[in-house]
Amino acid sequence: MSATAEPARSRSRRITLNLLKNLTLREIRSEYKRTMLGRVWSLINPLAQIAIYGLVFGLLFRAQPEPGINSGLHIFALWLGVGIVTWGFINIGIREAMQSFLGYQGLLKKVALPRWTLPASKVLARAATYLTEIAVVAVICGVLGGWEILLRIWMLVPLIALTTVFIYGVGLVLAIGIVYFRDIEHFWGILTQVFFYASGIMIPRNVIETVQVETLDAGGYTFLGGPVPLLALFEANPIYQFLTAYRRVLYDFAFPEWQTLLSLTLWAAGTLIVGLFVYSRYQARIVEEL
Amino acid sequence: MSGNAVEVRNVSKTFRVYHDRNQSIKATVLKGGRAKYEEFWALRDVSLDVQQGETFGLLGLNGSGKSTLLKCIAGILQPNTGTVASRGRMAAMLEVGSGFHPELTGRENIYLNAAILGMSDSEVDRKLDSMIEFAGVERFIDHPVKNYSSGMYVRLGFAVAIHTEPDLMLVDEVLAVGDKDFQAKCLQKFDDLKAEGKTVVVVSHSMGTMRTFCDRAAWLENGELQAVGTASDIVDRYTGEAERPVDLGDGIKRFGSGEVQFTDIELLREDGTPLDAVDPTRPVTVRLSFLAHEPIERPDFAISIRDAQQTAVFNITGHDREWLPERLPAGHGSVDIRIASLPVRAGGYHVVADVRAEGAEIPADKVWGAKRFGVNHGGHSTSGGTLYLPSGFESLRSGDDTATGTLRLMPS
Repeated sequence: MSATAEPARSRSRRITLNLLKNLTLREIRSEYKRTMLGRVWSLINPLAQIAIYGLVFGLLFRAQPEPGINSGLHIFALWLGVGIVTWGFINIGIREAMQSFLGYQGLLKKVALPRWTLPASKVLARAATYLTEIAVVAVICGVLGGWEILLRIWMLVPLIALTTVFIYGVGLVLAIGIVYFRDIEHFWGILTQVFFYASGIMIPRNVIETVQVETLDAGGYTFLGGPVPLLALFEANPIYQFLTAYRRVLYDFAFPEWQTLLSLTLWAAGTLIVGLFVYSRYQARIVEEL
Repeated sequence: MSGNAVEVRNVSKTFRVYHDRNQSIKATVLKGGRAKYEEFWALRDVSLDVQQGETFGLLGLNGSGKSTLLKCIAGILQPNTGTVASRGRMAAMLEVGSGFHPELTGRENIYLNAAILGMSDSEVDRKLDSMIEFAGVERFIDHPVKNYSSGMYVRLGFAVAIHTEPDLMLVDEVLAVGDKDFQAKCLQKFDDLKAEGKTVVVVSHSMGTMRTFCDRAAWLENGELQAVGTASDIVDRYTGEAERPVDLGDGIKRFGSGEVQFTDIELLREDGTPLDAVDPTRPVTVRLSFLAHEPIERPDFAISIRDAQQTAVFNITGHDREWLPERLPAGHGSVDIRIASLPVRAGGYHVVADVRAEGAEIPADKVWGAKRFGVNHGGHSTSGGTLYLPSGFESLRSGDDTATGTLRLMPS
């Protein structure tokens, strides 16, 4: 009996992986269908974003991050570019994973399949897009900052893996949640705007630090009896930590601090565990709730 | 579970019917719990077995729970209580073309749809040509499927599903896809599956399909299992129940609105004398005598000759033959149906007669078993088959050194 059970399990795992591959290809192939430029859009999009935000915040608001540690880079648009592209990955990845069960409801009602593959394929397709986008940014950083970027660029591999797991964990919880409560979608839209500013995409850490020291601490504002922990909150945000880690590699040409890496690993593992828990507990009934 | 492809044990399934389907957090908080709902029993304590290699039908009105049961077997829905066990590779055809993306080409969609149904890419590589040919979309296979006609779309979906070569196939009303040629192809493919000993579970509203296609069937009503048995028995009981016929005794049953009633059904020789044993090589006339209590417009007479298994061996209706008299006035009358010969194998048969105004839902009168008769031809009997054909063995040659024909079927 066990002799037949084992191949059956490995066979079903192969089938599931094959399904995941095909679903991911479906997303990737259909994204730029019927466009003349096709995949070139995934290069144009980040460049356009960097140009727009660079102009608005770099020129008009004169935000200035610290110069890159090893690279000596001091170009706001590049510092911004790393953040904006990574933020796009996290934000859109979570949103698409969140909407995956709703979007595939026709399929879910008619076919029995491992349902976790649906949000997973959305996240993987996003990761594929992110790879081209971050590669564009990395090439520009390398050209402007020097070949030394190559020394630590491999660090992107575990970083992207952690980011993908984090996105999947959050997305899975929301994908199940939204089936039961459609409000979550709108609520998440507002939360996204908060995080857009709270994740330090175009606000360098030193700006927050200045506010913390010169306004809050000096002004004697208190929160629950203590000083307002603005900077601590800012730094505790996992998305800020992700952005910081990517910037260390691509803008500073340095390794992320080990505390950051540990924290990101815990965040990724934590969200994945919560996601899988919610999934295994509530997925059986989602077809009826759709 | 030896011999059983599917075992359903005490399965119950309830759905929540929301009074005020309000999927919002605000409503939840305000009402202290989610929106008010009622439990609706889609299935109640259903147990049945589907044996390996048989074709099993699920029968019932809309809302009787048959599709729910199929989805429970497929694993799409989970029963509240009870268990469903199945073995072997399963393919559920509850819809064809699941997951097709309109912007992708037919070829890309084949791989996607096949993966959803549990096929590996290498398996699709092998079967791709056969699928494309089956669907008949060779010229368009690299076009986006949104440009396909609805027929092509469905054919492609069906072609992929049927090529999963499952041990157990679940089918929900998808037999009715495509044109006549394609339907014939599908039925042929299902027959092949049956011949290979595969199991098929089918939900259909077509009684004809059920009777000819299925070996056994189950009948569900309001989520409860009414009966399980051979398909023809169940179909008879189901259609009988739906029409609530009156039992006249001697195995004669009658149902109808009663404007016209049959008074007698006879079989006649060429010379007009009645007979009870039919010679399969001779002409026979079926005479339906009736009394019209009220006149009816454009009466549609029909008879069906059925064998002991209730399989119709011959049907004729006025509608099919465009033989619809303008009006049947009140009073007695009769109609003769001439059959040049009834070449069926020896056995017991009976006539089912039906008359109704053209297109009426309910017959004016329908009678089962009112005329029973035997067919035989001078001791000529066959051990099976459906037809009587004048035939016999002739000329044996044997012991020759050389063959008379080619040796096509001999392994060399």
